[in-house]
Amino acid sequence: MKPAPFDFVRADSRAEALSVLKAEGTDARIIAGGQSFMAMLNMRLARPKVLVDIMRLADLATLSEAKGDVLVGAGIRQARLLAWDDLSRTLPLIAKALPYTGHVQTRARGTVCGSIAHADPSAELPLCLVALKGHVHLATAKAKRKVAAADFFTGMMATAKADDEMIEAVSFPVAGREGTAFREIARRHGDFAIVACGAVATDTGIRLAVGGVADVPTARDFPLLEGSALDDALNSFAYELDARDDVHASARYRRELVRRIGRATIEEALTCRA
Amino acid sequence: MPRLSADQRHTVAFTLNGLPVDGVAEPRMLLSDFLRQTLGATGTHVGCEHGVCGACTVEVDGMLARSCLTLAVQVDGASIRTVEGLAPAPDRLSVLQAAFRRHHALQCGFCTAGILMSLDAFLKANPEPDEAQVRDLLSGHLCRCTGYTPIVRAALEAAAELSAQDTAACQEEPAHA
Ligand SMILES: Cc1cc2nc3c(=O)[nH]c(=O)nc-3n(C[C@H](O)[C@H](O)[C@H](O)COP(=O)(O)OP(=O)(O)OC[C@H]3O[C@@H](n4cnc5c(N)ncnc54)[C@H](O)[C@@H]3O)c2cc1C
Ligand code: FES
Ligand code: FES
Repeated sequence: MKPAPFDFVRADSRAEALSVLKAEGTDARIIAGGQSFMAMLNMRLARPKVLVDIMRLADLATLSEAKGDVLVGAGIRQARLLAWDDLSRTLPLIAKALPYTGHVQTRARGTVCGSIAHADPSAELPLCLVALKGHVHLATAKAKRKVAAADFFTGMMATAKADDEMIEAVSFPVAGREGTAFREIARRHGDFAIVACGAVATDTGIRLAVGGVADVPTARDFPLLEGSALDDALNSFAYELDARDDVHASARYRRELVRRIGRATIEEALTCRA
Repeated sequence: MPRLSADQRHTVAFTLNGLPVDGVAEPRMLLSDFLRQTLGATGTHVGCEHGVCGACTVEVDGMLARSCLTLAVQVDGASIRTVEGLAPAPDRLSVLQAAFRRHHALQCGFCTAGILMSLDAFLKANPEPDEAQVRDLLSGHLCRCTGYTPIVRAALEAAAELSAQDTAACQEEPAHA
């Protein structure tokens, strides 16, 4: 398992990275932490002509809180975000979910934006971006745009990002008084989730995001429901996610997890409200 | 930087366990292969080549990294530590390695180099870990022989021994100037 040949550019500036993307189109790919893409290269599931390494761009390695958002630059590795002192205060959902993303060793290298770009339907960070209504900040050599999470993920490992675009950063709104909770079921801790649930509860309603079932992480807003009304709502949501059978779990088992883990996550989020 | 072309081999130089090394590599060459085949440092093992087994784990600029998910050309100028750098002298094991030996924390030894690198870095950052933390760290490695229990024991004993050493060093009275 060795990658097919490619040219390698270790970009020294953002402009250099973007100009290679512009010139090469579909033949160029960005490499960030490499924790998903290197495996795809090794298995030859991807065969780019040129690889653009962005990890030496110091101006992408920024993590800041401003105007009610936390902005996570493309150079920020998952371990760095998890170790950030302000994480539990500003993004409690991510503080709870990120320990489930891979392992200490993969978080040491893998980036936050790389996980969003990779758009695995069971990945935790895309789920959090959707649950929290975050944004993806994209740039080409000529223009910048900001895409809402719900519009960014378009299918299994497919996104609204064009071939010549780079994710410069993702942003998440800073938490207020809402309660949050995260739970997932995987074969082993650190494996991709069979079903993952993230919930945000306010005084007027609940937002539940589910990963691992549909081909994109999907969120649904509910009023404050209890008892069998909540069960019914979760049951409809579980069916609407259109679960499929695969080697890890049957569609029926996935629906059952949405009903049960979904409910437990919502109940926990309700008790966490300030 | 200039574009490194696919069909040529390029010089890669870095520090390996404190010593300067260099060699040539095509852009697609994995760090694991560069270490083993170009430099002959075969202590780092290769199991799966897609990031899952952890056998190839090394330290790059103080960060744990799967060498099978890293390109040789990416580490030009970096500082790399591998299992060959753990023993303080050719005839002496490190505290962690000695604990592995006492507890039979390895059988075939295939997974060991990667696990030692992870634990070595982890114990420096977390001198007093509990069992749950050690097991969480080990979730990034596959061992098909030991069942992990002796590895956990060895790690916890090494942690205790290392922090006792640290305390002893602190309590020593400085010599008269
Ligand atoms: C053993 C193992 C277990 C894992 N378990 C989990 C898990 O449980 N949950 C989980 O969510 N993930 C898991 N991962 C994946 C991991 O989180 C990756 O780090 C992440 O998916 C990709 O981030 P990266 O920085 O490594 O990106 P890369 O692998 O470098 O890139 C991934 C993709 O994103 C693109 N890309 C990266 N950065 C940008 C950018 N700034 N702009 C545009 N495109 C970009 C690349 O072109 C590529 O297509 C696991 C990985 C391993 C090896
Ligand atoms: S060989 Fe690198 S993780 Fe298995
Ligand atoms: S000792 Fe054989 S795989 Fe771990």
